Amino acid sequence: MSIVALRGAVVLLGRFPALSGVDLEVDAAEVVLLQGPNGAGKSTLLRFCAGLLRPHSGSAVVLGHDLRESRPAVRRSVGLLGHDTALYDDLTITENLQFLARASRIELEAVGSALDRLGVSARLHDVVAGRLSAGQRRRVALAGVALRRPELWLLDEPHAGLDQWGRDLVDGLVAEAAADGATVLVASHELDRTLDLATRRVTVAGGAITADVVAAASAVDPSGVQSNRGADVC
Amino acid sequence: MFADIWLVINKDIRIEWRSRVTLSQVVPFALTVLVLFGFALDANREVLAAATSGLFWLTVLFVAVVAVQRSTAIETADGARRALLLAGIEPSSVFVGKALAVAAQILGVEVLMVGGVLVFYDATVESLPLLLATCAVATLAIAASGTLLGALAAGVRARETVLPILLLPVLAPVLIAASRAFDDALGVVAVDGWAWLGLLAGFGAVNALLGALAYGPLLEET
Repeated sequence: MSIVALRGAVVLLGRFPALSGVDLEVDAAEVVLLQGPNGAGKSTLLRFCAGLLRPHSGSAVVLGHDLRESRPAVRRSVGLLGHDTALYDDLTITENLQFLARASRIELEAVGSALDRLGVSARLHDVVAGRLSAGQRRRVALAGVALRRPELWLLDEPHAGLDQWGRDLVDGLVAEAAADGATVLVASHELDRTLDLATRRVTVAGGAITADVVAAASAVDPSGVQSNRGADVC
Repeated sequence: MFADIWLVINKDIRIEWRSRVTLSQVVPFALTVLVLFGFALDANREVLAAATSGLFWLTVLFVAVVAVQRSTAIETADGARRALLLAGIEPSSVFVGKALAVAAQILGVEVLMVGGVLVFYDATVESLPLLLATCAVATLAIAASGTLLGALAAGVRARETVLPILLLPVLAPVLIAASRAFDDALGVVAVDGWAWLGLLAGFGAVNALLGALAYGPLLEET
């Protein structure tokens, strides 16, 4: 069963067609890199797959749920890391994640291990989120995604603002999620990192998919220029 | 559902306690407004006594605007609303939780304001049950309307200025009914305060129902 199945999906932001007829099929345990210029529609595509946007036309099924009818069911099973971190500035890191855990019906014990997994130092656990650096906030937000152990990971520029160690942790997290059978969609401009992770790369431009390449990581040109060496064009 | 409501109340009150906005800004603001009203009308003690209820509830409406703006801002900052949607909490539970948290803050300010009118305006309480019931019911009605309209204003640019324009006219019935009920509780005018309280309860129930139904679509669209 496809985890994501979009056919001619159109999404309007106001009157603007942010997605103008997207066709995309993603299977379980795939790691898909979404690449494309600024404003191409990558972030909108991720938010759409998270069930946060309504399809205007076309068909869209994510995790077996039709996005026209059952977006709340989709939201409960995905993890989305957006441009913002969705943290409450006046709550501590632990309180933020405990709130998320309780709301998502997850054992509170998982909070500590998620923070450890993202390398968030124990001395920061009781610090309010408003006092964290941008990189620390990013890590906590990623811990929030990892905490939920979603079936579908939707990561928008996950390396942004992170130091080298943090970037390595993100790569490890993505690889681990895929190894556990989860599906990952990553929108990124940092092709030198994400090309190694991705089992497939999809180019988004003007709100539509313009290229879809399944490739062995080693066969992909790190410059971002599409290469079909050892790859199949879908 | 009750667990989710409690979760949202707990979060909002904890954030409020940590930021101290109510204690350090809203309470001084409310007491200052009461004192300024007193200065404006003090030359005529009879007018001040007759206007006490109206001035009290007008000040409460100003406090409510600040409290609702703060409550809305908590969810609009840094995409926190998205986290609420993704966490899977029922929007109606979010609405009830946020409305009760706002109500708790307004009630806390009202306690100090009642003390303020007793001291500054030389008012006396003739019916404590009616006074307490009016505060409770009117505050819930204000919080329900405010939370709903706060979500509506969240999607609008310059939401800080839009919210008072939306909220204050909608709360005019609360101002009228709560002031009349308070008039009776303070023994200023011989009216049936409990009848006005019934009107307040009806208004609050309608707004609570509307909020529980409309909050989900508003949360998604804004």
